[in-house]
Amino acid sequence: MTPGRRTSRRDFDTIAGWIGDGSHVLDLGCGDGSLLRHLRRVRHATGYGIELDDNKVLASLKNGINVLQSDLERGLSGFEEDSFDYVILSLTLQAVRHTERIVGEMLRVGREAIVTFPNFGYWRHRLHVMMGRVPVSRELPYQWYDTPNVHVLTIDDFEIFCAGHGMRVRERVVLDEAGDEVKLLPNLLGALAVYRFDRWSA
Amino acid sequence: MSQGSVGIVKPEMMQFDEPIELKGGARIDGYQLAYESYGELNAERNNAILVCHALNASHHVAGIYADQAENVGWWDNLIGPGKPVDTDRFFVLGVNNLGGCHGSTGPSSVDPRTGKPWGGDFPVVTVEDWVSVQARLATRLGIDQFAAVMGGSLGGMQALQWTIDQPERVRNALVIAAAPKLSAQNIAFNEVARTAITSDPEFHGGNYYEHGVVPRRGLRIARMIGHITYLSDDAMDAKFGRNLREDVLKFNFDIDFQIESYLRYQGDKFADTFDANTYLRITKALDYFDPAATFGGDLTAAMKNSKADYLVVSFTSDWRFSPERSHELVKAMVESRLNVSYAEIEAPHGHDAFLMDDAIYHNLIRAYLERVST
Repeated sequence: MTPGRRTSRRDFDTIAGWIGDGSHVLDLGCGDGSLLRHLRRVRHATGYGIELDDNKVLASLKNGINVLQSDLERGLSGFEEDSFDYVILSLTLQAVRHTERIVGEMLRVGREAIVTFPNFGYWRHRLHVMMGRVPVSRELPYQWYDTPNVHVLTIDDFEIFCAGHGMRVRERVVLDEAGDEVKLLPNLLGALAVYRFDRWSA
Repeated sequence: MSQGSVGIVKPEMMQFDEPIELKGGARIDGYQLAYESYGELNAERNNAILVCHALNASHHVAGIYADQAENVGWWDNLIGPGKPVDTDRFFVLGVNNLGGCHGSTGPSSVDPRTGKPWGGDFPVVTVEDWVSVQARLATRLGIDQFAAVMGGSLGGMQALQWTIDQPERVRNALVIAAAPKLSAQNIAFNEVARTAITSDPEFHGGNYYEHGVVPRRGLRIARMIGHITYLSDDAMDAKFGRNLREDVLKFNFDIDFQIESYLRYQGDKFADTFDANTYLRITKALDYFDPAATFGGDLTAAMKNSKADYLVVSFTSDWRFSPERSHELVKAMVESRLNVSYAEIEAPHGHDAFLMDDAIYHNLIRAYLERVST
């Protein structure tokens, strides 16, 4: 385990900065549980991670978090409406098949939702495509044949998606590869997007 | 890390002279409990783990007996020095349930009021009653609070009941291959088993001891039925298929298929060692188990008082207590904002998977218990 490296992830700090102290959080696709562990340490957050992979479930247990083994593609029917302050989907949005359903479920069981995703519109990724190759980078570390990512989206795509799906963006932070915030031309200069949103009706 | 056996173990006996009022209204004036323990209770007395047993097991959870090297404890693959339930770190306690037939007071014990075996007069006991007497034993042994209570199947149900009835006395519960209550199908299987026993002409209303007989045929059938529900269709098919015991069909009602031979063997073995009256009572305890019932059927409400953290485990091929039944447990715990982790183990064996030596399953238990402070 390399908790030092993982918890220094800047998107973790962004998320930790957004959520209130003692928040109740559901982390979809929690991996080894680093994010929940970080949020518990710096924000006294409670809650659960959902993870399907056996080894990641084990890693989460070892990280001391509550992990529930489940396929989030099957929905979140085990959770009541508004039972969490935040439902988080960190670096998983691009890898889920039923995107609309999952985002809908996030906003059903959570008061607010947080997603992070690699920006396919990042200039380095665009360069890869212009050179005739599929982008491979720190944020997209896979080859075309072994990638778990099934959707290609940019920051602009996500904003359009939000507008069309009754989602109200509350905050957005875009980070570059060094983890520094990008203010100018985020869809071109940003490698990673972090969004906090809720329902328009809320 | 060395993984070893706890070695030679010796059952112990604790006598209780204070009466117990059972949930069903009956009262037992005095009783004894058979138990075994492995590892050392530490100076703070905070490293004890109670292992609750399921239908046909006992307090002999790990190790072997000096005079019976083949009699290995039923969860020996999990419990021992360096094993997932590490006896170098934990003091592990196994208790034969009240109403049992392996040493604790039960229907085959002598009722001091009559000088004869209790037989059919031994009361129906419940999971709540077991928790009560296990708590008394813990007190006698100087254990105020268990680091964990754990079990599979009916044992998992006891672990769950512990956290509801004795919230101050248990920090963690490992609820494995269990369910919040039995389904109609579960009860139906139990009723067939009970009918097999009670309709055996040698049952004598449960007072067969004084007739010098045992309702063996009934007990065999009960065990055969039970055994079918412990295995998955696939596991049975993989192990036996339609293989014949001999090469040809016999065209009579003797054994043709290997599965028939296996079931008869299991039935015979069980009838030699298990008491029919105990079997009746344990299946009733299963049927009656429903911790939500006293909370208007609301399992979440039942969990509200719990202070324990949980590890819930189910197995994909378990159709007796399927993963969906564990989901019900997890849902209630999540709604009560309890600390719970849940794993669904890919396993072909059916309900019996909780007894198997599966690396993913055992690593999870090890990882969970490594988090448990002592």
